[in-house]
Amino acid sequence: MKLARLAFQHARPYWAWIAAVLVLQLASTIAALYLPSLNAQIIDLGISKGDTGFIWNTGTTMVAVCFVQLATAIGGIYFGARTAMAIGRDLRREVYHRVNALGALDVSRFGTATLITRNTNDVQQVQMLVLMALNFMVSTPIMCIGGIVMALREDVGLSWLVWVSVPLLFAVVGFLVVKLLPLFRDMQGRIDDVNGVLREQITGIRVIRAFVREKFEAERYRAANLSLTRVSVRVGNLFVLMFPLIMMILHLATAAVLWFGGERVNAGQMQVGSLTAFLQYLLQILVAVMMGVFMVMMIPRAAISAERLDEVLSAQPSLAVPAGTELPTGHAVEFSGVTFGYPGAERPVLNNVSFTARAGTTTAIVGSTGSGKSTLLNLVPRLFDPQEGTVCIGGVDVSELNRRQVAGLVGLVPQKPYLFSGTIASNLLFGRPDADNDELWEALRVAQAKDFVAEKPKQLDAPIAQGGTNVSGGQRQRLCIARALAARPQIFLFDDSFSALDVGTDQRLRESLHEATGGATVIIVAQRISTIREADHIIVLDNGEVVGAGTHDELLDTNDTYREIVESQLSIEGVA
Amino acid sequence: MARTSKRQAAETNAPQDPADVELQEPEYQPTGSDGDMFGGTPAKKAQHFWPSVKRLVGLLRPERAQFSLVVALVALSVVLTVIAPKILGAAMDVIFNGVMGAGLPAGVPLEQLVAAARAAGHGQYADMLAKTSIIPGQGIDFVQLSRLIAIVLSLYMVASTLMWLQGFLLNALVMRVVFRLREDIERKLNRLPLGYFDTRQRGDLMSRVTNDVDNIQAALQQAFSQLVQSALTVLGIGIMMFIVSWQLALIALIALPLSAVIAGVVGSRSQKLFAAQWKHTGSLNGHVEETFSGLELVRAYGRDAEMLAEFDKRNEQLFKASFGAQFVSGMIMPAMQFVSYLSYVLVAVVGGLRVATGQMTLGDATAFIQYSREFSQPIGEMAGIANMIQSGVASAERTFEILDAEEQLAEEESVALPGQSDGQVRFENVAFSYSETTPLIQDVTFTVQPGETVAIVGPTGAGKTTLVNLVMRFYELTGGRILLDGIDTRRLTREQVRSQVGMVLQDAWLFEGTIRENIRYGRLDASDAEIVAAAEATMVDRFVRQLPEGYDTVIDADGGTVSAGERQLITIARAFIANPSLLILDEATSSVDTRTELLVQHAMAALRTDRTSFVIAHRLSTIRDAHTILVMEDGDIVEHGNHEELLARRGAYYTLYRTQFRGGRELEGEVAAEAH
Repeated sequence: MKLARLAFQHARPYWAWIAAVLVLQLASTIAALYLPSLNAQIIDLGISKGDTGFIWNTGTTMVAVCFVQLATAIGGIYFGARTAMAIGRDLRREVYHRVNALGALDVSRFGTATLITRNTNDVQQVQMLVLMALNFMVSTPIMCIGGIVMALREDVGLSWLVWVSVPLLFAVVGFLVVKLLPLFRDMQGRIDDVNGVLREQITGIRVIRAFVREKFEAERYRAANLSLTRVSVRVGNLFVLMFPLIMMILHLATAAVLWFGGERVNAGQMQVGSLTAFLQYLLQILVAVMMGVFMVMMIPRAAISAERLDEVLSAQPSLAVPAGTELPTGHAVEFSGVTFGYPGAERPVLNNVSFTARAGTTTAIVGSTGSGKSTLLNLVPRLFDPQEGTVCIGGVDVSELNRRQVAGLVGLVPQKPYLFSGTIASNLLFGRPDADNDELWEALRVAQAKDFVAEKPKQLDAPIAQGGTNVSGGQRQRLCIARALAARPQIFLFDDSFSALDVGTDQRLRESLHEATGGATVIIVAQRISTIREADHIIVLDNGEVVGAGTHDELLDTNDTYREIVESQLSIEGVA
Repeated sequence: MARTSKRQAAETNAPQDPADVELQEPEYQPTGSDGDMFGGTPAKKAQHFWPSVKRLVGLLRPERAQFSLVVALVALSVVLTVIAPKILGAAMDVIFNGVMGAGLPAGVPLEQLVAAARAAGHGQYADMLAKTSIIPGQGIDFVQLSRLIAIVLSLYMVASTLMWLQGFLLNALVMRVVFRLREDIERKLNRLPLGYFDTRQRGDLMSRVTNDVDNIQAALQQAFSQLVQSALTVLGIGIMMFIVSWQLALIALIALPLSAVIAGVVGSRSQKLFAAQWKHTGSLNGHVEETFSGLELVRAYGRDAEMLAEFDKRNEQLFKASFGAQFVSGMIMPAMQFVSYLSYVLVAVVGGLRVATGQMTLGDATAFIQYSREFSQPIGEMAGIANMIQSGVASAERTFEILDAEEQLAEEESVALPGQSDGQVRFENVAFSYSETTPLIQDVTFTVQPGETVAIVGPTGAGKTTLVNLVMRFYELTGGRILLDGIDTRRLTREQVRSQVGMVLQDAWLFEGTIRENIRYGRLDASDAEIVAAAEATMVDRFVRQLPEGYDTVIDADGGTVSAGERQLITIARAFIANPSLLILDEATSSVDTRTELLVQHAMAALRTDRTSFVIAHRLSTIRDAHTILVMEDGDIVEHGNHEELLARRGAYYTLYRTQFRGGRELEGEVAAEAH
């Protein structure tokens, strides 16, 4: 099982601690088991004979045993918690490092959201199971075996009671647990349904009200709520059987011990003290069995988590990491015969794409959604490798450069403007940590972001929430552009980075960018024709192929796809 | 078992100013439930604990008859459970007496043997014998033993049955209460004014209606019955212990403050540590979320090493914090056990001494041992229950806040609207503000004739969205009135107004269901043929036919199956099938690709034909073709008229036109030139 393998693999460095847990748990269990035996001696040797001195002495021993039990139990907890948390830490670290080593393609194959869940919740699941295992699953078998041994020591004749009651309890609790587990899952699903409908009602409140669909929604919700209630009642009805049944079994066992033990005592085969000790051992064993079964309930969930972790950990990065080579002297970007397809896709996204973006010029890429524009851009910083052809910077294949080298050359402004939590400054310094404040302000000026940053009370130190959600979409986009500018790369990549700006800001930004980027190579992906019409060179992509290249005027004359794109943005006459 | 259900990350911040809602990207939400069985979420504290408790208990009022029955059953089962050990003790005495009796000469009266023992100097032994009811020479009285065992068994049998019965009843009862609570919340959501949703964080609201209700359910289901049971058990056992032997009871009671002190000290210490653990978990998860969400940036900017170092730092902090939390909280159990063992030893020794000196029987001593063992367990449980109740009450309070929120104005008597409206709309001195201090829309007057298109233009924050929301009666006016076909909309129900209006918003909200169901949402009694017709008219049909499942394709929440542009088309089809006499359209500015954009334009144009339309316009062609253009600035209509009139006036529209559409106009000239 993946869970066991994962746990054992990561437990290896902590074998000494685990050994300590085992020894300490063993000691504390033995101490706990010793008490009833001492109590039996008090009855048989003390009370029956009226020997109060013996009672006092044994009592002192018992107190000492209690202290030993306490100390060893706490010691066990200490090492158990330490080991489990350390294993969790190592697992978390390993997953994180692995994801970072994976290529963008592997990451998108998993999906960001699930990777985050795996790195956090799934690790947590496994970690808690390990903790439970060390705290309880170790002591449970010790308690069972020890209890049985001690019980048999007291009287072998009654041992059949152990063989009957333990499997009976195990069967009853096990049966209920097996029945309950899928129901619990079902219930969780129904809870998700109910919450899902509510979530939709909140996000879609305007639409619901606009269409006067409150009643429709209420019915939808009621159906989900009813179904949840039904399942919850079923779960509850089964669950409330658990404790009364356990209680019955424990008490039946008690009565049986008294009855059959009484016979044996009467026949002189057993002493009264042994009888009480036997009773206590039996109860201890049964409680241990019960705990054990409950702990087993945790396994299926952790097992699912372990499988999900294993998937990540066994994923192999699809990008080879080169040692690096000499940095290229030029920084023209050249695509030659590049073909790229996502794994499992029928058609390649890019098909035999060749073009050169010269240093000091702006190259624009246009085409409809799905024509491969973003993919093309992502090949430059080597977020993934093409299947055929090469992408070269200054004549050097990017796959020969190491990550730091590529990063030093390229400034990417991604389609989804993403900011990291921190301050405006910490985000701007992302690309070049040693930039000074003047340089940051300059970058903001060029990106048309200077005004709104200057208006903030803390200016550069204004806080930025995770993802940049506390600034507007347009501001976020401009900050992302400033971040690329502050890094002073030789190649700028703008992936539809002006979409949230109004036309006026867009215009001013392009003008100032033009000055600021100077001799750098600029590649722009954009939807808006006005954004790209002044580019030195326009590449028209359609279905992953280059169907046209040239300036705006040239293309308007010669290229149908380009004309179609331009016209679609102007009017809808002839339709209305 | 503290069940922390799905934790929902705070979603996008709701814009403070609800006018012209910025395009909101759905942010990543961590999904999947995380089960911290130990530790749970940081304990939220209730602001007004007792009033909230009272109200939470008040939820049970409709069930009070059954609830009283449940409490009675719990009490009865506890009484029976508590009596049983005493009878077991008596059974033990029967055995012990039998053993002792068998060892004594038969036929001699017990008094004689006691006297003999005392004479022989065995004073203590004599005392013990005197206390018993041994019949010398006779072994165990099995008739008596079987009678006692039968009583004990039937006691337990009845107690178990009662316990099951109360659990069964309580479960159904709680589920009914929670069902009603969920219904109340849903109904409440539909009665809240829209402004309520605008001014609150969506994530917080969702968490209240989902997580908090789940939490209340857990508290009601587990905590309340356990609290009653544990409290009664402690009380019952306490009483029984005093009945059996008050001296031993006093000794056993030492355990009580000791347990309380341990629970208090370790508990509060571990609560702090858990808070720290949660803080560091949050910090680490935040870092993971950021790195993975912005992975392409981390890569492209070469920040891998720094991110790894930061992760390792936070991971180590989390390790230390969670180790501390788990260790300290893990100590509670052995510590409590120690107290229980200690009192066990004390009772065994003192009890043993008292039996040996004839002050009490062996059976009572063993019964007492059992009592003292069962005594500490419910005390420990009660600490956990207290936590659960605290968190449940905090959740209840957060939920009640929603239930107490002010609702939208009740509907007045409505007049009948003659069937389908003509679609004439008139604004008369309309004023509106979200808060009293900052008026948003002031004194707006204009008329739209049936079939006309009104384009609303203006900078972000000018109040364009607010204006059309007023037509929908999403908000109540603060002044003036809006007339539909000459009737004040306030004299109509919201339902009457809205059923005349079709709306296509920028955020293309669809519910989780098939495409067919989503289109039918516009008119619930539409036939499949009508749906296909609407889809054909709005360019939906062509892409739906390419989907393997066609109209039965399920739209999921993250919208993986259809693109943003296609979603928009579906919302247009939805409005189309509703066949409203009035339309409100919000032209998208999002980055839908140009071809889909063209389709959307076609679809919207088809929808607008012969209907009165309000368009929040971004597209030059729409604006130019509109019958009336409303130019808005700071909540006021500064100009209105058609394209030519407004250009000629050289006012606000002219300026806006020049800055916003200059690029477009030049292009337009070029294309026109090319065409000739």
